[in-house]
Amino acid sequence: MTSAVSFQKASRHFGSVRAVDAVDLDIVPGEFFAMLGPSGSGKTTCLRLIAGFEQPTSGSISIFGERAEGVPPYRRNVNTVFQDYALFPHLNVLDNVAYGLMVKGVGKAQRHKAAEEALSLVRLPGYGARRPGQLSGGQRQRVALARALVNQPKVLLLDEPLGALDLKLRENMQEELKSLQKALGITFVFVTHDQGEALSMADRVAVFNDGKIMQVGTPEDIYQRPKTRFVADFVGSSNVLPPDFVQRYSGQHRWGSLRPESIRVGRAAKGVASGEGVSARLVSTNYLGATTKLALDADGLRLHAIVPAGTALPTEGEAVVLTFNREHLHLMDEPA
Amino acid sequence: MSLDAAMMRATAPAILPGSGGLRGALSDLFWRKPKVLLLLMLLPPVLWLGIVYIGSLFALLAQSFFSIDEFSGLINREFTLKTYGDLFQAANLDIILRTVTMAALVTLASAVIAFPIAYYAARYARGRWKALFYLGIMLPLWSSYLVKIYAWKLILAKEGILTWLLAKLHLLWVLDAWLSLPIVGGNSLSVSFTGTFIVFVYVWLPFMILPVQAALERVPGNLVEASSDLGASPGQTFRNVLFPLALPGIVAGSIFTFSLTLGDYIIPQIIGTSRLFIGQAVYSQQGTAGNIPLAAAFTVVPIVIMGFYLWGAKRMGAFDAL
Repeated sequence: MTSAVSFQKASRHFGSVRAVDAVDLDIVPGEFFAMLGPSGSGKTTCLRLIAGFEQPTSGSISIFGERAEGVPPYRRNVNTVFQDYALFPHLNVLDNVAYGLMVKGVGKAQRHKAAEEALSLVRLPGYGARRPGQLSGGQRQRVALARALVNQPKVLLLDEPLGALDLKLRENMQEELKSLQKALGITFVFVTHDQGEALSMADRVAVFNDGKIMQVGTPEDIYQRPKTRFVADFVGSSNVLPPDFVQRYSGQHRWGSLRPESIRVGRAAKGVASGEGVSARLVSTNYLGATTKLALDADGLRLHAIVPAGTALPTEGEAVVLTFNREHLHLMDEPA
Repeated sequence: MSLDAAMMRATAPAILPGSGGLRGALSDLFWRKPKVLLLLMLLPPVLWLGIVYIGSLFALLAQSFFSIDEFSGLINREFTLKTYGDLFQAANLDIILRTVTMAALVTLASAVIAFPIAYYAARYARGRWKALFYLGIMLPLWSSYLVKIYAWKLILAKEGILTWLLAKLHLLWVLDAWLSLPIVGGNSLSVSFTGTFIVFVYVWLPFMILPVQAALERVPGNLVEASSDLGASPGQTFRNVLFPLALPGIVAGSIFTFSLTLGDYIIPQIIGTSRLFIGQAVYSQQGTAGNIPLAAAFTVVPIVIMGFYLWGAKRMGAFDAL
């Protein structure tokens, strides 16, 4: 099967900066693909390479089997939802949505009908006559989505589209985008720096750092079985354990990761250190609502644990014993 | 935190005493009633505008409703529309038509030349190049208007550098063919309407470039990308996105180029034919001819034209994107 988007050793360098560095990537048709990484990791440049706003310095990019190097954005059947929406301020909502059809020469009545349908799809029917300036952030986001979808793109690119929305709205839009993608069957490529968003929405996630892909896999793969320290640390703030520590519990001298929620925190038995657990000191507690995050100091090693709200907690500065199920200790590929 | 700092914080008052005196009282008054300060600040310029500026304009307008006694040459201070009627004499109408045509052509040419320069400055020029752009635009404005015009007279003269350059390029026949045309032609460029046109465009061009550049500067770069992403070719992006969003700037610039050309009397006098423009007509009517009412009526013409121009621009939606 041909990939929806395929990168072969694709690079984009800006002078000496390697924004995207020899990336190999295959995106399956119809999947919801997330590109996750900190700012400056190259994820947005990758998206711009697909859209055609950037051209690869070397390597090749194909979209549904067709080579895309040197093809301008306006000849790619790919549409983008921009980070700050980029709605045309001088056009009303209906003409914004119909813009793609207008430049393709579709007649006024027909394109307005299609735009009206796209607006219903994003649950903004009847908003056509308004100006973008009269809409809220969430509504603008939906208009931007409708404006892209009305063209029936082969691939829809979303550049941190939920970044500017408040928490509640963002959660609603996440669900909506997900179900919209399922219903339409269009390949979505979604760029975000929010690991929660990437894990909850995507079928597969690529984790970027320094212009390279660190790991590609299902959200569960990425979360449970990180391959490198960077992935473990960036996705869900896992505890990264040094090889010496890991050797004591697994017998192997490798870097390991342990999820904060896998750690159980108990009060230290009087005077005696129990053989099983790791003795540590509670540094601080951080109340997060449904859970409480504990910062712990195990002989110089800083660890985090997450416990459900309501758990009886030791006081700050108290000695504690940490226990965990050894199956939860994940060994990473990264060499020690 | 040191102990001293904590002590100081404990003994410090929560509300500081006023600074006292007239200044303190005034500061407090302006803070409580900001409108008093605003009024004090606006009063002098409003008085200046209202009395000196608008006042003299109305004095001028009033003159245009008087008439001149053709025998005695004295001004008859009685209300009449006779002077306005004089504007419609063939010779005067000719002057108005010539001036308006020139202003329209100068505006059009300025817009066409200014857009690419403004586009480059707004979209591509950064740092040093941007500074160079501003310098290049502003430098001619810092030098004397008269010096620039006389410089152009030398450039356009029959023995001037332009003729010399065209001769070297063996293109003199193009210039000669152009100069042999009626209306736009003449003995040399410096005594033709073409010369007047070139100098007008040169002198007013900065007033077009700057507002267009400011308008383009406000167009977010991602709108151009979005248009391209949605399938618009560069030409379509220009027509559907860039031009409509730059239109307020073009209109603002054209107000300058159009009105300045309508009123100027020095350029057509130094470079051009002996046929008059409105500015020259005003100059000669109020000077040698001593016909102040007709001069006043002539000055009303550009005001009325600009009024219609702005009204038309507004109807075209030129100010919608502001």
